[in-house]
Amino acid sequence: MFEYTFQWRQAFRALPQMLDGALVTMQIAVLSMVIGVTIAVLLAVARNAHSPWLRWPATAWVEVARNTPALFQIYMAHFGLGSFGIYLSPYVALLAGITFNNAGYLCETFRGALRAIPATQVRAGRSLGMGQVMAFRLIVLPQMFRIAFLPTTNQMVWAILMTSLGVTVGMSTDLTGVTQDLNARTFRTFELFALAGALYYCIAKAVMFAARLAAWRLFRY
Amino acid sequence: MFDTALSFNDLLFLLKGAGVTLSVTAFAVVGGTVLGLLFGVLRSHVSPWAVLPLTFVLDVFRSVPLLIQLILANASQAIAGLQFSPFVTSCIVLALYTSAYCTEIVRGAIEAVPPVTRRAARSLGLTWGQDMTQIVFPMALRVGLPSWIGLTLGVMKDSALVLWLGIIELLRASQILVTRLQEPMFILLIAGAIYFALSFPIARLGGRLEKRWQEND
Repeated sequence: MFEYTFQWRQAFRALPQMLDGALVTMQIAVLSMVIGVTIAVLLAVARNAHSPWLRWPATAWVEVARNTPALFQIYMAHFGLGSFGIYLSPYVALLAGITFNNAGYLCETFRGALRAIPATQVRAGRSLGMGQVMAFRLIVLPQMFRIAFLPTTNQMVWAILMTSLGVTVGMSTDLTGVTQDLNARTFRTFELFALAGALYYCIAKAVMFAARLAAWRLFRY
Repeated sequence: MFDTALSFNDLLFLLKGAGVTLSVTAFAVVGGTVLGLLFGVLRSHVSPWAVLPLTFVLDVFRSVPLLIQLILANASQAIAGLQFSPFVTSCIVLALYTSAYCTEIVRGAIEAVPPVTRRAARSLGLTWGQDMTQIVFPMALRVGLPSWIGLTLGVMKDSALVLWLGIIELLRASQILVTRLQEPMFILLIAGAIYFALSFPIARLGGRLEKRWQEND
């Protein structure tokens, strides 16, 4: 038992490369969140719409995103679209998969937040002469983001953790991809992935901390 | 007309993969729930400082990607010379992963029971055990069960990641068929439909339970 010499130096020598990978991870997570939030707002509005032509596609998106694995969604983007002659690079496929997933989950969060905003708020806005869109933009949206802020940051952490799935479709520039690449060359699996895990932990905690700080700065009355 | 090389045996292969997915999920959820109940009761009854190490470890399970946890666990068991099969390793990792989330659900549910209710129970002469099983458990169940159902479905979806260790579960089975038949969209859609069919009814049930139980509050 334990006939294994740990070679931590080798892992630490790879740290600069892994930090570069962490930047790519953050980039994908932030992009997927920005696009995801935008789509989620549209989906939340569409799901509350009267027209079934708007309601049905939005409902389908949300239910598929929430009831199938994120890895399946990434596979769909990477392998599935190949049936139609569309070949996405691992980066784009990963981004598309995570964004699809984020939008589905965030839509439900936003819908819950929208329900918490009293209808009288919109009516007050409308009676002040605002149009429907203007009332939504100036009255409803800011309140919705305030209510949904903490769940949204949780989703951000989820998005960061989900980027690790990119390695299964051949992504080699994000944190997990870089680590797997180094692992294939050095076979120091435990050391490298332990370091990668520690980095993910630090990133997740840093994001949570930044979000708390932002919430405290933004949302005090 | 639509034409496919997918045979009945291939479909059986996919369903067998779904069986593996379900059995990994079952082991993980049972193990994780038992541990989660234990840790949750500990966390809500012992002072936060005493369980700080436990809190930290469970937090790590929630802040490190599951894929990395699986790779690390597989490497660790090889280093320790335990010779676990990938299936056992996956079940252990997923169970610990589940327990980390389950602990939070259990703790939240127990803390949702008003302290005065529990004090009333104790002052009527109930022991701590009776209080936990007859007062706290029924009340906490209503708070915690919908989230627990969500967690179970989440674990089922996350169990797709065990394919990295070489286990042929639903998604890996579909990938093998894709490699052979070269019809990625169609086969992945079948796999997705199986996941959806497993997850959607239970998710609906969870949502319905949550709504019904909230009305009684």
